[in-house]
Amino acid sequence: MVNTVLAPVQKRGQANLEKLGLPTRRQEAWRLTDLKRLKAMASLPHVAGADQSSWPSVDQGVTRLVIGTDSDPLEGIQLPEGVSPLSEAELEQALGHTLDRCGCAEVWPVELNHAHSRRVLALRVRGSVAPLEIVLAAGDGLIATRVLLLLEEKAELDLLQVIPAERDNAAAPLAHSHVIEVHLGQEARLRHGLLASASGDTSLLAHLAVEQEPRSSYDFVSVCRGWRFGRLEPQVLQVDGQATTRLNGLAMTGGDEQFATHTGVCFQGPEGSLDQLQKAVAADRSHSIFNGAIQVPRAAQRTDASQLSRNLLLSSQARVDAKPELEIVADDVRCAHGATVSQLQQDQLFYLRSRGVAADEAAALLLKGYCCDVVDRLPSVAPSWLASSAVKDPARPL
Amino acid sequence: MIRPDAELLLDISDLHASVEDQPILKGVNLQVRAGEVHAVMGRNGSGKSTLSKILAGHPSYRVTGGSVRYRGDDLFALEPEERARLGVFLGFQYPVEIPGVSNLEFLRVATNARRDTQGQEELDTFEFEDHVREKLKVVQMDPAFLERSVNQGFSGGEKKRNEILQMALLEPVISILDETDSGLDIDALRIVAGGVNQLSSPDTASILITHYQRLLDEITPDYVHVMAAGRILRTGGRELAVELEQIGYDWVDEQLATEGVA
Repeated sequence: MVNTVLAPVQKRGQANLEKLGLPTRRQEAWRLTDLKRLKAMASLPHVAGADQSSWPSVDQGVTRLVIGTDSDPLEGIQLPEGVSPLSEAELEQALGHTLDRCGCAEVWPVELNHAHSRRVLALRVRGSVAPLEIVLAAGDGLIATRVLLLLEEKAELDLLQVIPAERDNAAAPLAHSHVIEVHLGQEARLRHGLLASASGDTSLLAHLAVEQEPRSSYDFVSVCRGWRFGRLEPQVLQVDGQATTRLNGLAMTGGDEQFATHTGVCFQGPEGSLDQLQKAVAADRSHSIFNGAIQVPRAAQRTDASQLSRNLLLSSQARVDAKPELEIVADDVRCAHGATVSQLQQDQLFYLRSRGVAADEAAALLLKGYCCDVVDRLPSVAPSWLASSAVKDPARPL
Repeated sequence: MIRPDAELLLDISDLHASVEDQPILKGVNLQVRAGEVHAVMGRNGSGKSTLSKILAGHPSYRVTGGSVRYRGDDLFALEPEERARLGVFLGFQYPVEIPGVSNLEFLRVATNARRDTQGQEELDTFEFEDHVREKLKVVQMDPAFLERSVNQGFSGGEKKRNEILQMALLEPVISILDETDSGLDIDALRIVAGGVNQLSSPDTASILITHYQRLLDEITPDYVHVMAAGRILRTGGRELAVELEQIGYDWVDEQLATEGVA
């Protein structure tokens, strides 16, 4: 049983958390973080279970797995051909391996997850398989979920992870800690979407560690909206270079929300590529943070990386901090990066209004236009969630 | 078509306006009745485009004096979108690109806003597709442009066709076309001008802002106005445009000097 494997991990996590203490603002990675909120979320009681009534029905040909409840996510589920659960022995060997390789096994959000997660969904993927949905059920209190995916050589998968946490403001606080480890074998392809939609007093700490073998392709699209306190940390390691990584992110914040995206991509071999677009929209008094680290050591010759951070401020009190962090040692590389901060374009607004479109509707159209190049890249199973009341359209006006 | 008893659609009286505190319009007077086609010509910087933007309600321009009545009502009491819904249309000199906003959706929202004001039923997605395909013929536009983002990646000519397509969909009462001919080759100019001609009726009027006689060979104006130093300096019939083509604008300086303006 999965729980036995996790028992020592849990114990270690608890000990390490105690040793580490809460992060402080003196630590660069936490410099801009609202630590009061971090502390509040970490001290919530553990509760499982969620109301699933607003979830859309499962698309044909898609398998939905629900984690974060007390039941076994695989109970009563027929996994698609090519997908199988890991045995306990396999799990023991694989669990934590990618976190280690990515250098994030002992970072605070991961230790928090270690300390609290009671179950891990661990799957092996062989060949080209039908799409999967992993829904992270959120109830009141703190829920920790953990996933491990091993894509074998030439395996192909479309995966959508959904965190539906739309709640009314009076609801009790909810916090979600999530860790996912992914290993992509040679020539494997993963199209990975994360749709995390919240409202009310909600917190999210999501950590992704992805290891890519040569000629594999990892395409990650994240759309996060409405978290009062959120931190998303995708960490990708190209173990021997020669792999393709695409990261597209959209973070929408309003009210007094704070959302941080810390991405890290490390090329440990030559001829790897990265194409990254991170977008943020910040309204009201919200605060959006982006930190984009790219490491190109000497071995990573002929790396081709580009990173663009685009930010839209919808209010004079909103705040955006965007920081590219490029560490380039190899000399024969192409690494482009850029960051822009702008407001809605007045000439575009006027053009729409001059055609009879009301000012607020014009702003809504422009916002939708701004978001669509990320939202439209979510895996093909996303639209039914986007149309449901569990998630709602992430590009709706803030 | 000049009919003295036709409805007075636009009555511009002693209009003054500035942008960034720089006075641009300094007493424009112009009356436009239903059925008429007016051409406004003049050098760069004479205030032609400012006039068009003021009429459409561009927020960067400030009216500092005078009045504009549209069908008897104060035009400046209306927001830009209200003007559009009531039938005021500005064809942009530089149509704006809007990445991510589907041209088709934009056209549908705009068309329905106008239809709603006219008491017509809104068109749903399917009805609108049929409707817009009919209108595409007016400007001989490829339906593929409907699927793209508003004006994004359109050539200069395609953008201008898209403007006239919007005019065809919105069925305006008064159209102000700001240098719609600029950047068009001869064929595109004929198509765009043909579109404007097809859309004109005894109940509507247009103001064509242009530098060139060329457009006026295709769309015959009833009046030609020459703007200089922020006002209309001279008004004549279509023959004035022909004359300008020959003599240029040097006389403008002389006249302004005589009046002590320049």
